[in-house]
Amino acid sequence: MPEILSVKNLKKYFTKKGSSGKETIRVADGVSFSINSGETLVLAGESGSGKTTIARLILRAIEPDSGTINFDGEEITNQHEHLKKIRIGCQMVHQDPYASINPRMTILDIVREPLEINSIRNKTERNNLALQALSQVKLEPVEEIATKYPHMLSGGQRQRVAIARAIVTRPKIIIADEPVSMLDVSVRIGVLELMKELQEKLGISFLYITHDLATANYIGHRIAILYLGKIVETGPINEILSSPSHPYTQALIDSISDPDPDNLQRDRKIRINDPLDINVYQGCRFRARCPYAIEKCKQEPELEEISDKRQVACFVKIN
Amino acid sequence: MFLSITDLDVKYKSQEKNVQAVDHVSFYLQENESIGIAGESGCGKSTLGLAIMKTLQDNASVTGKIIFEDKSILYISDSDFTKNFRWKQISMVFQGAMNSLDPVFTIKKQFEEILKKHEFKGDYQQVIESSISAVGLPHSALDKYPHELSGGMKQRVVIALALILKPKMVIADEPTTALDVLVQAQIMVLLKNLKKSGLSIMLISHDLGIISEIAEKIGIMYAGQIVEFGNLSDIYKDPKHPYTIALLNAIPKLNNSERIIPLKGSPPSLINPPSGCRFYDRCPKAMEKCKQTPPQVKTESGFVMCWLHE
Repeated sequence: MPEILSVKNLKKYFTKKGSSGKETIRVADGVSFSINSGETLVLAGESGSGKTTIARLILRAIEPDSGTINFDGEEITNQHEHLKKIRIGCQMVHQDPYASINPRMTILDIVREPLEINSIRNKTERNNLALQALSQVKLEPVEEIATKYPHMLSGGQRQRVAIARAIVTRPKIIIADEPVSMLDVSVRIGVLELMKELQEKLGISFLYITHDLATANYIGHRIAILYLGKIVETGPINEILSSPSHPYTQALIDSISDPDPDNLQRDRKIRINDPLDINVYQGCRFRARCPYAIEKCKQEPELEEISDKRQVACFVKIN
Repeated sequence: MFLSITDLDVKYKSQEKNVQAVDHVSFYLQENESIGIAGESGCGKSTLGLAIMKTLQDNASVTGKIIFEDKSILYISDSDFTKNFRWKQISMVFQGAMNSLDPVFTIKKQFEEILKKHEFKGDYQQVIESSISAVGLPHSALDKYPHELSGGMKQRVVIALALILKPKMVIADEPTTALDVLVQAQIMVLLKNLKKSGLSIMLISHDLGIISEIAEKIGIMYAGQIVEFGNLSDIYKDPKHPYTIALLNAIPKLNNSERIIPLKGSPPSLINPPSGCRFYDRCPKAMEKCKQTPPQVKTESGFVMCWLHE
């Protein structure tokens, strides 16, 4: 499978000014990963771990401090052609379908807008492409939905509109930022299934950003676990979820409650410490919360291979 | 019987439209039992909680029976309820509770306000400190303002506020939504421990996973009705109502990535709910008979509202 997107050593620091002086927040601190054609990579971590910032860096909505982004065989810089290429070939689906589509536009206008902005094809063709996208996301009857406004649709339908808008430019990759977390349980699977189907039919790759490892497992092929701006573990998703090697991955897995009647009698243990100051940038960032920390963890661990597909940044390496 | 609810109806009136948010809901709880109310957004689960707390908006009308420890609480006056029940016997952790703290007062002030309002006679300091310790926060948190605390800490404060008068039952409406995964799990550990110390919890959530952590009894709500009620293990291992089956199937699991067939359609509007079974349009097993109102059929540990099990 050819590589479609790769980022290398991506860095973005923000400075926060407060009463106690300046504070640097390392939202992305040397992040590298790649996604193959037709593959779904999950980027998982808590809020504030830098997931969404990485998405914005890829689309050049914000400027990285350093690092490179390669998309479809070419490095993406600030040149106009490059920006145009990534902004057509890489689309985004946001978390909140109540905020990400314009309430004053009809569904057809919303889905057609990316084609208009990028002057793709002529007017009738644009209409047809938009209608086709709506039918690909299974919003039936298409003609009727196209004339509606967002407030007339349910949350699940709105998210389908957002996906239709994303696929209308025939992108190679879609960045989906928590696309189902705001949706009801019974419609979540429908949207995830739709994404799987689009991947099978159109060969679209996905960068799936989430904190929910259960939906990640349903849709993903590989996973990268992010903690305070650094990838701490990466590899095939089923291997990582069944035998995590980084203590943080293990804590994330501990925190999931599958629906199981035995949970009631079971004691739930999340293997993590709870100190007051958790944002440590020297040495291993997870050190303060890690129940396995040793003296060596005051040095910074690098991502190292533990098998031909897996990498972990930890001196202890559980399991 | 600790809590029993019979034929509870809640209607909201707005602009000549009637929204039947809760429709003939019945269930019961024994002493020391907790219940999970599960369902999609708009199914009436929050309204059910608010009805028990008697904190519904003015345009809501409630009928039915709510018996709490052998006392009927639905038709008593609001002042009587406040004096004898609200916060003292039953309290509530509201949805989006993290934002229900007053930003201009310290945490301690917000505790004092509740104690004052309920004419608590005793050592304020001691009660406040013991309740903040019970949720695993340091005493120093009391002097902080809400914006100085993280989401998880605020949620703990809100739970401590609900527990300060030592109620027997707490209604927790989506207590972990909007929190981070790890924090979510820590709050569930806290609720589990509180339950062990004798508290009854009514957990309102769309997440059947977290409900299985603390609830002996489960009520599955759909379009204003409890369509299935029973023991946790009966419902999770042998679900009867097609909606319960679909809901349990729709959850992606950590150790299993088999493909799931999604449920079609969306719940009916509660303004003029269809007669007959509310799940009719989406049900894979719908039959002609389902156009009539389904009977409440007894099961081993509860009931199911479905013609299939008649």
